[in-house]
Amino acid sequence: MKGNKIKIILSGGLIGILAALLVKFGNPLNMGVCVACFYRDITGALGLHRAAVVQYIRPEIIGFILGAFIIALIKGEFKPRGGSSPILRFILGVFLMIGALVFLGCPLRMILRLSNGDLNALVGVVGYIVGIIIGIQFLKRGFTLGRSEKQPAISGYSMPAIAIALLIFLIVAPSFIIFSESGPGAMAAPITYSLIAGLIIGGVIQRTRLCTAGGFRDAFLIKDFHFLWGLLGIFTFSLIGNLVFNFESFKIGFEAQPIAHADFLWNFLGMILTGICAVLLGGCPLRQTILAGEGDTDAVVTILGFIVGAAFAHNFGLAASPKGVPDNGKIAVIIGLAIVLCIATAVVLQNTKQRKLLKEKKGGQVNA
Amino acid sequence: MPKFVDARGRSCPEPVMMTKQAIDSFDGEEIKVVVDTRVAVENIKRYVQNQGFNVEDGEYEGDFSLLIKK
Repeated sequence: MKGNKIKIILSGGLIGILAALLVKFGNPLNMGVCVACFYRDITGALGLHRAAVVQYIRPEIIGFILGAFIIALIKGEFKPRGGSSPILRFILGVFLMIGALVFLGCPLRMILRLSNGDLNALVGVVGYIVGIIIGIQFLKRGFTLGRSEKQPAISGYSMPAIAIALLIFLIVAPSFIIFSESGPGAMAAPITYSLIAGLIIGGVIQRTRLCTAGGFRDAFLIKDFHFLWGLLGIFTFSLIGNLVFNFESFKIGFEAQPIAHADFLWNFLGMILTGICAVLLGGCPLRQTILAGEGDTDAVVTILGFIVGAAFAHNFGLAASPKGVPDNGKIAVIIGLAIVLCIATAVVLQNTKQRKLLKEKKGGQVNA
Repeated sequence: MPKFVDARGRSCPEPVMMTKQAIDSFDGEEIKVVVDTRVAVENIKRYVQNQGFNVEDGEYEGDFSLLIKK
């Protein structure tokens, strides 16, 4: 086995093991790490939604950002850049989050849920793959959000600065920050454990570039299985970690899984929406978080989309719960699919037209 | 003069797709791909080497360049 393959499997494995440990130390079951859920909790802690059971400043997210930031600085990869269709990225970020909160987890939690026996996540995986394949069709037809460009250095520090502000809010706990007293938001590993795990994951993933969307996308698009091995690493080591550290919670089946529902259709459609958005954005929520730490301000805008998406999801009654998916959530997923497909189609049509014009112009010059 | 592919500022996986497009029509002429992130360099190298091409690292206007040849 080549060194690169071992490295990517182990970097996924590290996430798997740390996720299992974070559950052991207090994080919600099957939610050692969930990028979407954790942004949702932060959104609630800031009072941007008022779902009392999911409000907490998750130190893991702070760790991902700062871990990636520190390693990127050391390795000379910190590079303030941006300006690639920020508003489209924002909208895609909003709908990626709504899809994830209808499924109840980001693609990373989907893998962690599966590794602890939650077969609803298997439905999610199929949906995510279908979404990715749909996204690939647009990429193949020329979908692009355009070039990013170098930005003023200070803009690259925006996400690390937000992370530090969140860390201060978490430690000082001013009265305007809301912390859940019950429910998943109240279940948390000690701050230092979560922060250290986040820093390690952030730093390692900055180096290995692991991305859940990239894993499936590259396998289908260019027959490159590199990142897919990393996803297999997450699954395998999380499974081992759960069997070792959380054995009593291991349960194979569809019903009564922790923080999950068994509505097949909406698990499937929710993850299709998330999958399409992740491909069009060029990376999953975890990857966007790492990029934001590296100075990519387009990823920061995407994360602002996640936060607004999470706020909408709870303020408008879209988010699922173990009871199932509310009607508003179902409507939002349908609207989301329609809007996201419209955006992708519009971009492809415009680019095709431009290419045609350019070709005609070139041809004209040759003839002249 | 090698064929020139400017993939600077592009999100994943566009740099690899642009490179793929160029090597799909490879006619013996070298291909020079320019990117601005190390991630894109790694992804392109992995793809191109898997396709049986050789890659030479370089620098272009302060960014990364990859010279692809058989």
